[in-house]
Amino acid sequence: MKMRAVITVIGQDQVGICAKVSTICAEHNVNITAVSQNIFDDLFCMVMLVETDKLDINFGEFSELLKEEGKTMGLDIRAMHEDIFNSMHRI
Amino acid sequence: MLELRDVLETVQMIENENLDIRTITMGISLLDCCDSDIKKSCDKVYEKIVRKAENLVSTGEKIEKKYGIPIINKRVSVTPIAMILAASGGDPLLYAKTLERAVNTIGVNFLGGYSALVQKGFGPGDEALIRSIPEALDITDHVCSSVNIGSTKTGINMDAVKLMGEIVKQSAEVTAYKNCIGPAKLVVFCNAPEDNPFMAGAFHGAGEPDCVINVGVSGPGVVRSAVAKIPDANITEIAEMVKRTAFKITRVGQLVANEAADRLDVPFGIVDLSLAPTPAVGDSVAQVLEEMGLEQCGGAGTTACLALLNDAVKKGGVMASSHVGGLSGAFIPVSEDAGMISAARSGCLKLEKLEAMTAVCSVGLDMIVIPGDTTPAVISAIIADEAAIGMVNSKTTAVRVIPAIGKKVGEELEFGGLLGSGPVMPVNTASPEKFISRGGRIPAPLQSLKN
Repeated sequence: MKMRAVITVIGQDQVGICAKVSTICAEHNVNITAVSQNIFDDLFCMVMLVETDKLDINFGEFSELLKEEGKTMGLDIRAMHEDIFNSMHRI
Repeated sequence: MLELRDVLETVQMIENENLDIRTITMGISLLDCCDSDIKKSCDKVYEKIVRKAENLVSTGEKIEKKYGIPIINKRVSVTPIAMILAASGGDPLLYAKTLERAVNTIGVNFLGGYSALVQKGFGPGDEALIRSIPEALDITDHVCSSVNIGSTKTGINMDAVKLMGEIVKQSAEVTAYKNCIGPAKLVVFCNAPEDNPFMAGAFHGAGEPDCVINVGVSGPGVVRSAVAKIPDANITEIAEMVKRTAFKITRVGQLVANEAADRLDVPFGIVDLSLAPTPAVGDSVAQVLEEMGLEQCGGAGTTACLALLNDAVKKGGVMASSHVGGLSGAFIPVSEDAGMISAARSGCLKLEKLEAMTAVCSVGLDMIVIPGDTTPAVISAIIADEAAIGMVNSKTTAVRVIPAIGKKVGEELEFGGLLGSGPVMPVNTASPEKFISRGGRIPAPLQSLKN
């Protein structure tokens, strides 16, 4: 079974968010399968569904990397295993 | 594909509303460590705890990273040490030191089980263990103690009640030099659950498997913010909202519990459906009640709001988990809850109201700082009152009061960390001395003829 994770990006809309996040994914062999984005309460929100089974570093390091990159752009970026969302929102 | 709003709701809960897994607690049976030589017994206890729980902390950290949810505590609960002491005899403090050494090796936050179950009488080892509690809690930093003095089936052991009043007081006195921390690690129970993952009352009951994983979730902040989103709702709608929120919180608990059990190759025991507050702003059970429409926690209406909250949390949580146990309900530890602290400071929340609240929620009089000159008899009588509520209502109740040595009403006692800080609350000082000194047992209550 494919290991899937959800990347969430929340913050001020700006040029290059998608590019930055997808570059990090590509660099570490992470495949993006779906992207959805919207503006809620003036905040840019993006959710990416990704496959991480071929990830070349461990998942903790990958999410730390995204988090650090997010900080440089003033964004909150998180990567979490999709099961936490599935278990919370689906019966 | 997941809904964008659902994903953001989860992230919001973790980021802004303090959703976390409060504890992964590994229960370990020490029954096979009994030996008639206490030195050998201690060696076996140390070896077994370290062997079983050596990967508990690192596994917790891995799960934290995978799901992006904080797991605040990794803990261990063990078979009540009085049972092991019954076989070995000797100085119970050797066990306390052994447990502390094991904690330091495996790196968990707390270990519970320096305990005795004496609801009907003292067995071998029980009294010696209880008398050693004040010193055990002084010489250790991470060992927690609990004593069960009553149950619905057996009634209340008033000899034990008398003794525990003295032990709580002594425990405060010997730890007065470190903010009376001793009694903050000591719980006196009626109807103690055998699978409770929360400290200080966790122990691994005799009916439990060899090793088991129990998980306690948290989330008063999430519930408060869910209630805040429907300011004009009626009470039915609020109950529904709490239920739905509790469901979501508990599902995360179940997910983490399954994962931890798998990774550690230990059976999953239960999820404890408790709303456990922390001193962090917003992560408060009192503030949930205030959000429902009370000016301040402790005023009239508090018991009703808490009853609704407690019931709705269970209803939502039960469906979200395959096995539910432990204490399961809303906690009301005064010093660990920012809303309770301010209500106690302003005088709106009193000990008598807290006692009433314990009749409709989990646990009991928890983390309440009382004047340092409170007599052991008054503490015993508080324990007896609380145990009576638990005994008659077939529920767990407990007392964890901290006599602040040298302090009076209006002063504050600071523990730090999750234990927080609290104002010294006034206690009714009319003497129950005669009642407490009688000893004996309160007979078990009638559980039929309910008409």
